[in-house]
Amino acid sequence: MSTVSEDLPTMEIKAKLIPIYVMGKKYEVPETLTIMKAIEYAGYKYIRGCGCRGGVCGACSTVYRKPGDHKIYTGLACQTVVEPDMYLTQIPFYPALRATYNFHEMTGTAEEVFALYPELFRCVACNNCTKVCPMDVEVMDYISALKRGDLKAAAEISFDCIQCGLCASRCMGELPQYHIAQLARRLNGAYLTPRAEHLKTMVANIETGRYDAGLNGLKEMDVAQLKKVYQEREMEPATAGEDWTPKDKSYL
Amino acid sequence: MKVAYYPGCTLKTKAKNLETSALACLDALGVEWQELERWNCCGAVYSLADDDLIHLVAPVRDLIRAKQQGHEMVLTLCSMCYNTLARANELMKHDEEKRKTINLFMDEEPDYFGEVKVVHFLDFLRDVYGWENFKAKVVNPLNGMKVAPYYGCTLLRPKEAGIDRFDNPSIFQDCMTALGAEAINFPMSTQCCGTYQVLGNPEAALKVSFDILTNAKAHGAEALVLACPLCDYNLGKRQPEMKEKYELAGDVPLFYFTQLMALALGVKPEDCRFELNREVSLEFLRDKNLVKATA
Repeated sequence: MSTVSEDLPTMEIKAKLIPIYVMGKKYEVPETLTIMKAIEYAGYKYIRGCGCRGGVCGACSTVYRKPGDHKIYTGLACQTVVEPDMYLTQIPFYPALRATYNFHEMTGTAEEVFALYPELFRCVACNNCTKVCPMDVEVMDYISALKRGDLKAAAEISFDCIQCGLCASRCMGELPQYHIAQLARRLNGAYLTPRAEHLKTMVANIETGRYDAGLNGLKEMDVAQLKKVYQEREMEPATAGEDWTPKDKSYL
Repeated sequence: MKVAYYPGCTLKTKAKNLETSALACLDALGVEWQELERWNCCGAVYSLADDDLIHLVAPVRDLIRAKQQGHEMVLTLCSMCYNTLARANELMKHDEEKRKTINLFMDEEPDYFGEVKVVHFLDFLRDVYGWENFKAKVVNPLNGMKVAPYYGCTLLRPKEAGIDRFDNPSIFQDCMTALGAEAINFPMSTQCCGTYQVLGNPEAALKVSFDILTNAKAHGAEALVLACPLCDYNLGKRQPEMKEKYELAGDVPLFYFTQLMALALGVKPEDCRFELNREVSLEFLRDKNLVKATA
């Protein structure tokens, strides 16, 4: 019995089919597919465990093993291409305690992080978190940085974290690494990073209407005029030095 | 002369006065140092359970980092870090079975066989730098200031990790004497300060700390020098409690040995971070004319 109705076009699969095991059940899927596409090819429909399909949302973290290999492998289902005989399951969510805090009452000290996440000190540096991270974040290193109070380093090391939670799933000390890292990045961004002084000036310039005339002028132009202005605009040469300024200095 | 420096977490948070002054000393002594590019908490306490190998992973990983970065020697300042790293290193050198298990577990790192040497700043000065060279660098001798070196436990015990003999050590006194101080020997200099009992049994910890301070004073000490942030907490920051409960007569000035060393080596007082010590310590230095009285 065909599952495809007569009037729909059928696609000829040219790619070689390979066996994969989704939650223990075997499926033959084209070898060119990502895990996510392969699971859909196998007939599953995503309700959870699928988000951006672009490798940044952290919803499709997947754990798999390969035949004859004791190692645990991980990847994002939307980014990882299937391999023959891989055994896989997705872990779309892993529970981890997230502390409650009033961010505006905080000041960005290490002690604030220690008080909210005392389990930080249960880390034994086993490195399972780093080994399991599908984004290759050095998770254990940012936890180490936090233990020594270096929020800035923790924020920087954890920058690529997509909060999939696999680190927490493998942690001996039961840490919610990804939540602690998020707090570190927030504190670093809000309280430890120097303010951009030029931004204040720029916002003030906008608010006092410095650029209104220019913008209104553009709004009044027709397409041909806009094209002309665009094509004739002055551009900073690729070889310009730090001291380069445009001829029209009215907006500086 | 170039050494790899392992700071430890507490030196980056509660004991910046130990780290800053020590690094200033290394600079003053002309020792080139480099903080390990990657390091994690050493584990703080060496686990005594025979099958508790997981707690060796942290210190061994630090030693692997040192080896990876091409260092032959790791210099430590905190005596707990020293002890944990040195003992883990001994185990990796001599216990073949446990070494195999640990290396197998840490399969993402190169195998380690105890190749890196772990030293404390004090035995580095004695064995590598040399007391004579050290003495030659002293520009502001400590004028016979009566300081009692307090060893605590982890610089001396157990034997295989001790920087000196544990029954009658002299390394700390030798260091202080080289700086122009009068080193006071006192019987309780190698007694435990109470360590983590401050959490489980704070009363008992307070009593031993009080006894140690009293004993040092009874032997003529004007101040105590030490090398451990936890000893500093128990013996220093709890003095107000001792005054209340045990009638400790007067506060006892307490310093990290590197702070007094830095002064003697001509480091500016502001680089010794005395503001992180208790006020009594700073007053003591003003009385001795080692730092200027502030308005």
